[in-house]
Amino acid sequence: MNIVVCVKQILDPNLPPAKFKVDSKARQIIPPEGIPLVMNPYDAQAVEMALRLKEKNGGKITAVSLGGPEAVSAVKYALSLGADEGVALSDEAFFGSDSLAVAHILGRAIRKIGAYDLVLCGRQAADWDEGLTGPLLAEELGIPVVNLVRDIENVGGDWRFTRVISGGEQVFAVFLPALATITNEAPQTRLPTGWGIISANRKQIPVWNGGDIDVDPTRIGSAAAVRKLTALTAPERKRNCEMISKETVAEAAGTLARRLGETGAFL
Amino acid sequence: MTKGILVCAETADGKITATTRELLHAGRDLADAAGSALAALVTGKNPQEAAAEAITLGADTVYTVDAPSFVESTPDYYASLLVMTCRKTEPAVVIFGQTDLGRDVAPLLAARSGGVACMDCVRVAIDTQTRALLQTRPVYGGNAMAVWSSGEEVLRVVALRPRSYAAAEPDATRQGEIVALDPPDSDESPRMELLETRKEDIQGVKIEDARIVVSGGGGIGGPDGFKLLEELARVAGGASGAVAATRVPCDEGWVSHGIEVGQTGTIITPDLYIAVGISGAVQHMVGCADSKVIVAINRDPDAHIFQEADFGIVGDYRQAVPALTGAIKSIKGA
Ligand SMILES: Cc1cc2nc3c(=O)[nH]c(=O)nc-3n(C[C@H](O)[C@H](O)[C@H](O)COP(=O)(O)OP(=O)(O)OC[C@H]3O[C@@H](n4cnc5c(N)ncnc54)[C@H](O)[C@@H]3O)c2cc1C
Ligand SMILES: Nc1ncnc2c1ncn2[C@@H]1O[C@H](COP(=O)(O)O)[C@@H](O)[C@H]1O
Repeated sequence: MNIVVCVKQILDPNLPPAKFKVDSKARQIIPPEGIPLVMNPYDAQAVEMALRLKEKNGGKITAVSLGGPEAVSAVKYALSLGADEGVALSDEAFFGSDSLAVAHILGRAIRKIGAYDLVLCGRQAADWDEGLTGPLLAEELGIPVVNLVRDIENVGGDWRFTRVISGGEQVFAVFLPALATITNEAPQTRLPTGWGIISANRKQIPVWNGGDIDVDPTRIGSAAAVRKLTALTAPERKRNCEMISKETVAEAAGTLARRLGETGAFL
Repeated sequence: MTKGILVCAETADGKITATTRELLHAGRDLADAAGSALAALVTGKNPQEAAAEAITLGADTVYTVDAPSFVESTPDYYASLLVMTCRKTEPAVVIFGQTDLGRDVAPLLAARSGGVACMDCVRVAIDTQTRALLQTRPVYGGNAMAVWSSGEEVLRVVALRPRSYAAAEPDATRQGEIVALDPPDSDESPRMELLETRKEDIQGVKIEDARIVVSGGGGIGGPDGFKLLEELARVAGGASGAVAATRVPCDEGWVSHGIEVGQTGTIITPDLYIAVGISGAVQHMVGCADSKVIVAINRDPDAHIFQEADFGIVGDYRQAVPALTGAIKSIKGA
């Protein structure tokens, strides 16, 4: 089976909050210096899902990433994990694209890549947390989408997608080609192997621009974006912690219980 | 008359859900600000009763479609249903909850209607000058807040994060109109089929409905420690006490994923949130930051959680939690 995985390189979401500086004037996050970008963790899990499917069913995995020079790093990381091929999509005209435009560009690239059975995305990119590209890309490609997928299996020739819902899960039979957005409840990502890193580094990653994949120039870039970012601010933290320090933990617990009792919290 | 606001309502056991009541509150505010009407779409088997309820909660018009419930159907079916409804009713804004249904259908509706979607919003407002829709949402896991503006030239589709608005209060005297719509044509060649829906058995109150939540993190170290938390939840909260967790205990398999609190878990706003062995990562805190009172128990005095708590105890939870349980028991017994 041929699997395309869409991967995005982002600021490490596990950085401590103090590292996230918001430039409200420029409406931008200022990335801390010297800290490398990482693959969106859900996309890494999508690569993991692809690897497991390939191990069971055979096939080929192609990683696609749209962005600046960091897109090449995302593709290389996917290759180091075991993806077979990859392509980066970079073009100044892509700058300022919204989710709809990103879906259009990814869709055109996937058409050029050729026959595919499955497209995998992350449930959301942990930078802007839009959670839109997967379903929009499915529409662009005219294929069905299942969100928050934790497992994909072949049962007697039928494809079963298990997805997480509130308080449980659902199993769908899905006709391929189809798209799945992968959730954090899916298997955790393996680490790249030494050999994987070396061979990924040796590979020349093709970089396609808008012309290479025949994007519609009226549908991309900031000019096409209907939704505009008008403000970006740091969230307010509004609590003052009363530290309860006593000789013993038991004394502290007693004081805390009394203070909570006063607030009426458990009465 | 300007185009209206449409809320995509969800029901459970024939009643409007808590999240939908919040959407109706937000929708009513928007409609009043825009000088337009508020409509709701109520689907499911025999939607009449819930439709009447939606009117008491603020809807001027309720469209009903007698259809299988979302959990008995496919996202494709519900996307067609919403596209059909919007074609017939031409709303300016459609409001979903950031729920299973909203996450599936809002993007597809936007794509198929030439609209623009904005997911996981915590606030929506109308710019009365430009009539643009202003959508506030956390980004970067909660490390920043963004406001997005979408003009009225296209259909605006938003999904509202649960617990961002207070629930609309019912007013039995409100009048409204109920209009039945035909369900969409059945799909000739369906692309997917629902085989099974499994719901987890939940013992006691759900974490989003609990008044007192005792939550454990990576510091709990294993499933056994959660027993101490259960005891505390029971003593402090009785029938409205529940145990929750950060992502770490869920990923480790100490507890079920169903009780994860945070950006990708459940958003909760209990009266009291007791965070035990939790470092206070943003992605977790966005799920509980609006709790009335937050208590942190952590052995690391520099843990970030103390900056987001009202009360803190530095110490090993294995001593602190049983001590707190005992102290609350004796206060309650007194
Ligand atoms: C994109 C993304 C989305 C995420 N979404 C979520 C989400 O929705 N929900 C969520 O919870 N997380 C989420 N996370 C994970 C989140 O970033 C943190 O990794 C996670 O919340 C940390 O959990 P923790 O605080 O329990 O564990 P840790 O960070 O491991 O902290 C454990 C704490 O326990 C303390 N401790 C250790 N032993 C003891 C003891 N004996 N007594 C008392 N204290 C002790 C330690 O001092 C430490 O502060 C997400 C991460 C990413 C990247
Ligand atoms: N620039 C990009 N390049 C490749 N894939 C992307 C890009 N942006 C988004 N995606 C994919 O779409 C998913 C959801 O992204 P988003 O809608 O931005 O939250 C991500 O997890 C990726 O799989």
